Amino acid sequence: MLANYLPILLFLIVSIGLGFTLLVAGKLLSPSKPSAQKNSPYECGFEAFEDARMKFDVRYYLVAILFILFDLEIAFLFPWAIVLDDIGVFGFLAMVVFLLVLVVGFIYEWMRGALEWE
Amino acid sequence: MIPLSHYLVLSAVLFALSVVGVFLNRKNLVIILMAIELLLLAVNINFVAFSHYLGDPAGQVFVFFILTVAAAEAAIGLAILILLFRNRHSINVQDLDQLKG
Amino acid sequence: MSLVAEDILIVLPEIIVSLMACLILVLDLYLPARLRAWTSFSLALVTLLITVLIILSNSDSNSVVGLNSLVVKDRISDLLKAGICLFSAVVFVYSRRYALERGFWRGEYVVLGLFGVVGMMIMTSAYHLLTVYIGVELLALCLYAMVGMQRDSIPASEAAMKLFVLGALASGVLLYGMSLLYGLTGTLVISEMSTEVGQIGTPGLPLILALILVVTGLLFKIGAVPFHMWVPDVYEGAPTSTTLFLAAAPKLAACAMILRLLAEGLEGLFQTWQEMLIAASLFSVVLGNVVAIAQKNIKRMLAYSAISHMGFFLLGILSGTAMGYSAALTYILIYGVITLGVFGVVLTLTRQGTEADLIEDYKGLNHQHPWLAFLMLLLMFSLAGVPPTIGFYAKLSVLQSVIDAELAWVAVIAVISAVVGAFYYLRIVKIMYFESPDTGTDIQLNCGNAQHLILSLNALVVVAAMPWIGTLAEICSQAVASIR
Repeated sequence: MLANYLPILLFLIVSIGLGFTLLVAGKLLSPSKPSAQKNSPYECGFEAFEDARMKFDVRYYLVAILFILFDLEIAFLFPWAIVLDDIGVFGFLAMVVFLLVLVVGFIYEWMRGALEWE
Repeated sequence: MIPLSHYLVLSAVLFALSVVGVFLNRKNLVIILMAIELLLLAVNINFVAFSHYLGDPAGQVFVFFILTVAAAEAAIGLAILILLFRNRHSINVQDLDQLKG
Repeated sequence: MSLVAEDILIVLPEIIVSLMACLILVLDLYLPARLRAWTSFSLALVTLLITVLIILSNSDSNSVVGLNSLVVKDRISDLLKAGICLFSAVVFVYSRRYALERGFWRGEYVVLGLFGVVGMMIMTSAYHLLTVYIGVELLALCLYAMVGMQRDSIPASEAAMKLFVLGALASGVLLYGMSLLYGLTGTLVISEMSTEVGQIGTPGLPLILALILVVTGLLFKIGAVPFHMWVPDVYEGAPTSTTLFLAAAPKLAACAMILRLLAEGLEGLFQTWQEMLIAASLFSVVLGNVVAIAQKNIKRMLAYSAISHMGFFLLGILSGTAMGYSAALTYILIYGVITLGVFGVVLTLTRQGTEADLIEDYKGLNHQHPWLAFLMLLLMFSLAGVPPTIGFYAKLSVLQSVIDAELAWVAVIAVISAVVGAFYYLRIVKIMYFESPDTGTDIQLNCGNAQHLILSLNALVVVAAMPWIGTLAEICSQAVASIR
């Protein structure tokens, strides 16, 4: 039972040990001469333009919501595509109906301007 | 071959974690949304494990539907969250105190 | 794998309502603004009424399982589907003016309502755990959105959040129970599950756990104690039109779901779930009735009243006999009619800027609007279960079934708390008739003629239907005969 997990335990021990050793070795062996210039943040060689912690525009959430809704139909399309030969015309039509419902939703979001950024 | 009970224990642990997450969380509503997603994923593990050990694909079909519904639920949850934030400028759970009797 | 005409016939009502909902959604985008509100309203109304006619004309005593045993069409589903469509049509009539004045009567509101109706109808004819789940979620998602529809209202958005979190949690718990049931019985079809459970004999711990989770999910959904926390907050915070929507028709759907899952699928575990339901129903009846006395807000008071009525409904279920199920079905139908009427009166008294949701707002209603006060009097008597009303009959038949199941002590506690409960219903009557209105307040009615007519009919039914109450009971007992 639990013996099945022995390789995973070994893997964990080795990976944690390796990471730890490398970090400690780097700390001990490398030269370290910090200065104010070296410690300051920079972006692509420039001084940082703004704080990296900024708020997301709330409109990203709208895009994210719409994305979640419309990308999950793929989860149904893949198994459907694999067994399409077996389920025949009925299966094909069922998926057409399903996609039509999605199209109705898509028309709605488009006409309501959910896809416009401004 | 990993026995069924391991999957069930994993899913029970996830389920318990998410229920605790919903009830003990006093700070942030987004965490509650995440806990609810975790809850549904725990159920999914159960269904897939049972489906595999019973040799019956119906459980896996169920998982597809749960995934889709979870997405719709997340969408509505986020929409309500944004609505609440616009009205109250806070997503702190303790600020939900307008309704009391 | 193919589709036959019979399969289509089973889900015809669902198909019609979904198609019309899609049509209204698209039409609403292209019509000029002045036509929109009226078109979506009338189309939705016509759809629901036509669906009722179709359901009634296709109704027969056969019980047909179709679509690879995903759905079933029997007397219960026919009766409840017709009830759901009819109730929802009345809800639309009552709530139109309220929602128009508050600016959230858009096509979406109607479409969400219609999809909610589809979800409820799926719940009534679900014969497979998958369809049960899909129905529950379709209804719940629509309700979350409808509660949050009034976007500038802080209480509404809070209520939406609470309903969302607790509703999603409830579905999760229900689903976890379903997954355990699937693992233990190896099937998702309710009738096969019933056979499997019947063969088990004494249930083991996993099966009991699955049962507890399923029952918890169901109690959450109908809002019975100890899972009632969301009910008062949501009833109070939601716009009154949405409160009306979620107070009446979804209870019918939940009734069908409970009958199918507990009374049919898990019949073999009757002893175990009976104990749970006894506790839940007694606590609901007592707590609902006692806490309601302290309320100042009428929507909150009605929420606690709803909790106590759900307790009474569970009394019928827990007696476990055909008579008990039929009494529960009758109870839920009658309760639906009364609730529609009560919230109809509340909606009539609201105006732009006034919610009329405090009990004080009803002071001296009789002096200014005797007819409306009389209707409210009938409805309150009916909720309290005073004799010449159908509310009395509903309570009586439920209690009768409990006593027949040799649980007389349960019935005694229920009756005592119902008497306590009568106090707060009668207090409203007293406020309306024996207190004079605050000086300077002028209560105005806010409803069209058609709405007033339907409201009057709705309220009068609670007394006028008494001679035909036997027919209703007969229909209900025929309906539950199709279980098992």
